[in-house]
Amino acid sequence: MAGFILRRLLLLVPILLGVSILMFVIIRMAPGDPAVAYLKLSNIPPTPSAVADARHTLGLDRPILAQYASWIRNAVQGDFGISHVTRRPVIDDILHYLPATLQLAGVALVFTLLVSVPLGIWSARYKDRWPDHLVRGFAFLGVSTPSFWLGFLLVLLFSLTLKWLPPMGKGGWQHMIMPVLAVSFMSLAINARLLRASMLETASSRHVLYARLRGLTDGQVERSHILRNAMLPIVTATGMHVGELLGGTLVIESVFGWPGIGRYAVTAIYSRDFPVIQCFTLFLVTIFVICNLVVDILYAWLDPRIRLNAEAAL
Amino acid sequence: MTLASLDEHAPRRTLWRLPVPDTWLVRMALAIVVVLAIAAIAAPLVAPYDPNAVDLTQRLQGPSLAHWLGTDHLGRDELSRLIYGTRVSLGSVALCIVLIMALAIAVGGASGYLGGRVDQAVMRFCDIFLAFPTVVLALFLIGILGTGMVNVIIAIALSHFAWYARMVRGLVLSFRQRDFVLASRAAGAGRVRIFMEHLLPAIMAQMIVLATLDIGHMMLHVAGLSFLGLGVQTPTAEWGVMINDARQFVWSNPMLIIWPGLALLLSVMAFNILGDAVRDRLDPSLHGDHQH
Repeated sequence: MAGFILRRLLLLVPILLGVSILMFVIIRMAPGDPAVAYLKLSNIPPTPSAVADARHTLGLDRPILAQYASWIRNAVQGDFGISHVTRRPVIDDILHYLPATLQLAGVALVFTLLVSVPLGIWSARYKDRWPDHLVRGFAFLGVSTPSFWLGFLLVLLFSLTLKWLPPMGKGGWQHMIMPVLAVSFMSLAINARLLRASMLETASSRHVLYARLRGLTDGQVERSHILRNAMLPIVTATGMHVGELLGGTLVIESVFGWPGIGRYAVTAIYSRDFPVIQCFTLFLVTIFVICNLVVDILYAWLDPRIRLNAEAAL
Repeated sequence: MTLASLDEHAPRRTLWRLPVPDTWLVRMALAIVVVLAIAAIAAPLVAPYDPNAVDLTQRLQGPSLAHWLGTDHLGRDELSRLIYGTRVSLGSVALCIVLIMALAIAVGGASGYLGGRVDQAVMRFCDIFLAFPTVVLALFLIGILGTGMVNVIIAIALSHFAWYARMVRGLVLSFRQRDFVLASRAAGAGRVRIFMEHLLPAIMAQMIVLATLDIGHMMLHVAGLSFLGLGVQTPTAEWGVMINDARQFVWSNPMLIIWPGLALLLSVMAFNILGDAVRDRLDPSLHGDHQH
């Protein structure tokens, strides 16, 4: 198992290196001269001499490989340059806004898992009866509802009409309820549907039939023979939900005035503040990739077939 | 090329008689899609007003005979804006899908058909794209390319194509050894001919199923990015933009937010129902949840 974890950790290096190279290439291929963009943000008229100065300050006059090398060297040391707009080190801003986003996405992930698993079990247990229809209808609504719109509906109901919850901002746990509901609705729906399908599939396999033949009760069969196997696809899907929830949080922050990195990034995108966009992307990709690594390890730990195969391959 | 070419044993069907179960749900979804298509194509004929005609004397009116769904903060007719919004939503998603298919078939097809080093290199390249959460990659690309609808379409296509490319590669690998391809090779057909005449139609059919499943998901993407102000710019009528425009009037005129959201919800639902139905009918092997 330790070998497996180590191997997966090592795999992170080429992936993140690849991501950084791709980002670097796309930025260099982008239309428009970054030096001109930089001058515009600084309100300096882009005269030829000013552009040449800016190119030198930004290091754009150096060979492209040298530019990449120095960028990556600085990035590893936590130096992502200075925001063209705020003139502050990008890393400080990112670290200032990131925790709120991670908090929201993290709570949404826990909420998704806590609610979708019982829903999926319930739906599978009462297949084709009313609880199943209810959950499937709910799941169907979930995959079709725009999260930001759902956010506004929640505000209309709970803040404006019932006056139960604060409509905006960050504060106590009351501020989290609506953003978490809005962000997690879709993942929750997908997860419940996935667990239902997975449980029904497992329930028709032979080891379950054998367990029933041995005279185990329905509850025992469901707990130790169906659910344990059926949970595996849920573990894999969780990796994807992390990405969806992170992305969804970026959008939903705008609805609830949540002081996270999403609003900061959107502002940077408007003003084409490249160092900020770069740093923001690299951070979120790293978080996403690490979460997926944890999921992979968890999966291997839960499923000996994967674990033993991986160890055999070493 | 019809969807039915997926199912080798099925009798030939035409696109007019979609091979999906004829339930009331599917019929309703089909009806919604037809209404959306008509609204998109014939928007100038169907819409009662010019979607951008500002009339400040008529601002924030409730529903009336003159304005069925009322007017927004600039006195523009809400219904007309909804109808014109269909164009942007459907049009952008259609373009996204065409772009994704082209990219995926080129990249995935080369990977699966040429194999070897090319395959390795292309798949590692796709892995890099798959390391991004889709929204983050889309935001990054829009940040670099600049805001605007064309860039949103490019961004969404680039943040999704790797999933499809991997799928195409898998399909090519599985079709390569099938009898109809081997027979053609034995008959002396060249690589290009085999790819164009035998592999491409088979892949396209599968891809259309997958794309149908994804239309709703992509509509939500486009609307979300427009809502953030990164897609079409005001005053263009688009559902996400309309929701964003209406947010300052959420206290006084909540219906201005509800209508465009409802239009989006219904369209996404309709495409999801159709996607599920087509998949269930055509390809039991894809059963289970397709999601990213």
